This record gives sequence, structure tokens and C-alpha cells, in this order.
Amino acid sequence: MSPSSTVVLILAVFGASTVEMVEALTIVVAAGVTRGWRSALEGAAAAVVVLAVLVLAVGVPLIHYVPIDVLRVVVGALLLVLGLSWLRKSILRASGLKAKHDEDAIFAATSAELAEDGRDHPDRSGRDGVGFAVAFKGVFLEGTEVVLIVVSLGASQHRLGIAAGAAAAAALIVAVVGALVARQLSRVPENTIKTVVGIMLSSFGLFWVGEGSGVHWPGSDLAILVLVGVFALVTLGAVAFLRAIQPRPRARERSLVPERGDT
Amino acid sequence: MSLLRRWARAFGHFWWDFLIGDTPELFVATLVIVGMALLLRHHRAVAIIVLPLMAIVFLLLSVLRGRRSSSNVP
Repeated sequence: MSPSSTVVLILAVFGASTVEMVEALTIVVAAGVTRGWRSALEGAAAAVVVLAVLVLAVGVPLIHYVPIDVLRVVVGALLLVLGLSWLRKSILRASGLKAKHDEDAIFAATSAELAEDGRDHPDRSGRDGVGFAVAFKGVFLEGTEVVLIVVSLGASQHRLGIAAGAAAAAALIVAVVGALVARQLSRVPENTIKTVVGIMLSSFGLFWVGEGSGVHWPGSDLAILVLVGVFALVTLGAVAFLRAIQPRPRARERSLVPERGDT
Repeated sequence: MSLLRRWARAFGHFWWDFLIGDTPELFVATLVIVGMALLLRHHRAVAIIVLPLMAIVFLLLSVLRGRRSSSNVP
């Protein structure tokens, strides 16, 4: 495994983890503000522990017991599906055809929902079941995708520790930044990060599908960088093309159209 | 038992959303790419051109499908 592909692996996991953790943090901050910080932080911490256990429970056996070529094809296919769907969303968002992920709107909606449910008061210890559950669910659901990426990329390259470390670093940085900026998460350039990660996941996915199937790429791991370049060019070209053919006034209307399972 | 069933449903739902969701065409595309990679494993020169090309074509087709569906919304 060359240093360049390790760097790409770290960047991909770090970026994916950042995007998902920003989304999770929005929910945790909403739960903290409306239901109390203690339960929200406990819920978030509990979810992080469960996710870490999942990485160990799924990742370690994968590395030791599944034949490497089978693992690479399956993992490559998973990364390719995820990468292409992230890229598709990013292209549609960047060209104004799809609503951007609005953390402020999500924060407002979650806060309002939690405030409405204010009948259950915290118990004497200051714990609030609703706040705990909402924060746990938010972190767990967003984190599951990160676990998949960590396990996939880490296991296929036998770099589970590095992948898990990159995800943990991203989670820590997002938590610290989140604590500092609190409700200004909408300033995070989420679509740009998602585009870059989508490019990386698609490149890794295609690379591992090929390697696992017996197609050996020229330049070995360096081919990942070439694929990153190709996907980046295609993404830029697609966004430029869609923007060029997009009538301005309608672009605004269309950008308000959400999609099911929009994350 | 009902808790187990709930977990199983949630697990199945997660995978359905993750793999298929709004873009079943990308799931099918990936299966086709994997199949093509296996078919072309002895033809490296062809495979290294065809596989990225297929991924790009499928991505662009899916983007166009997304564009069409967003323009169909009143």
C-alpha cells in the first residue's frame, strides 16, 4: 500500500466522518438546548461507544476470515454505490437542482419538535429520556454510514486502525468546533466536502472492484489518484453543464425540491 | 421477540435505503460494473478503460434522471 493511497484513505474517511458528524451534531445541539445538555451528551457518548464496538465487531473478523479478493469486490461495490449516490446528490445540489442540506432548518425543526414534547420533565438526577434518545439516535444513525466507510476502506486495505483513527479525529474536531460555534453549523461547506468524499469513495470503490476481480490497474495504488482526477473532472463538467442549461428563475424553484432520504 | 423484529426491520430498512433508496439505477449500475470487471479480468487493457467509462456514464444518466424528476415537480 503506497503512502499516496493511505493519504487518500485518511482524507476520504475524515471527510465522510466530518459530513455525517456535522449532521449528528445539529441534532445533539438541538436536544441539548431544548432538553438539557447532560442527557444529550450522554446519548451522543453512548452512540459513539456502540459505533466503536460495531467497528471492532464487524471489521476485525472481516480482515481475518474473509478472503481478500472477495472482500475487495464486496467492499468496492458498497463504496461505489455510496460514492456515486453522494456524487449525484452533490452535482444536483451544486447546479441548483436540489435543495442544499440546511443545518439551520434542521436545527429549528428538531428544537421545535423537542420543545413541543416538553411535558416529560427531567428526573431528579437531571436526566431526560427524550433528550438522551434523540441524541443517541441522531449520532447512531449518522455514524452507521461512517462505520460502513471505516470498515470497508479499513478492511480492504488492512488499515482498520488508521481508518478508525481518521473517523475519530473528525468526530472530535467536529465536536470541538461545534461546541465553539454552537448553532452556526450551516457555515460548514457540507456540499463541497460531500463532493470531494463522493469522488474519493467512487475512486476507491472502482479500484477495489477491479483489483478484487483480477483486473490489476496500471501503477497499482497510484491508479486511485488517476481515478480521483477523472471523477473530479466529470463532476466539475457535469455541474458546469447543468448550470449552463439551467434557466435562472426556475433553478431557484427547483432548488427547493427535497428528495426522500435526503441527507 | 417484538424488539428483535423491530431491530431486524430497522436493519433491513437501513440497507434498503443505503443500497437502493432513491437511486435503484446506481445499485443496478454497480452490479453491472462488478459483472463486467469479472468478465474482463483477463483483458486488462480493455477493463481499465471500460470500467471507469461505465461508472461515469451511469453517474451522468442518474444525474439526468434526477434533473428530469426535479423539473417534473410542479
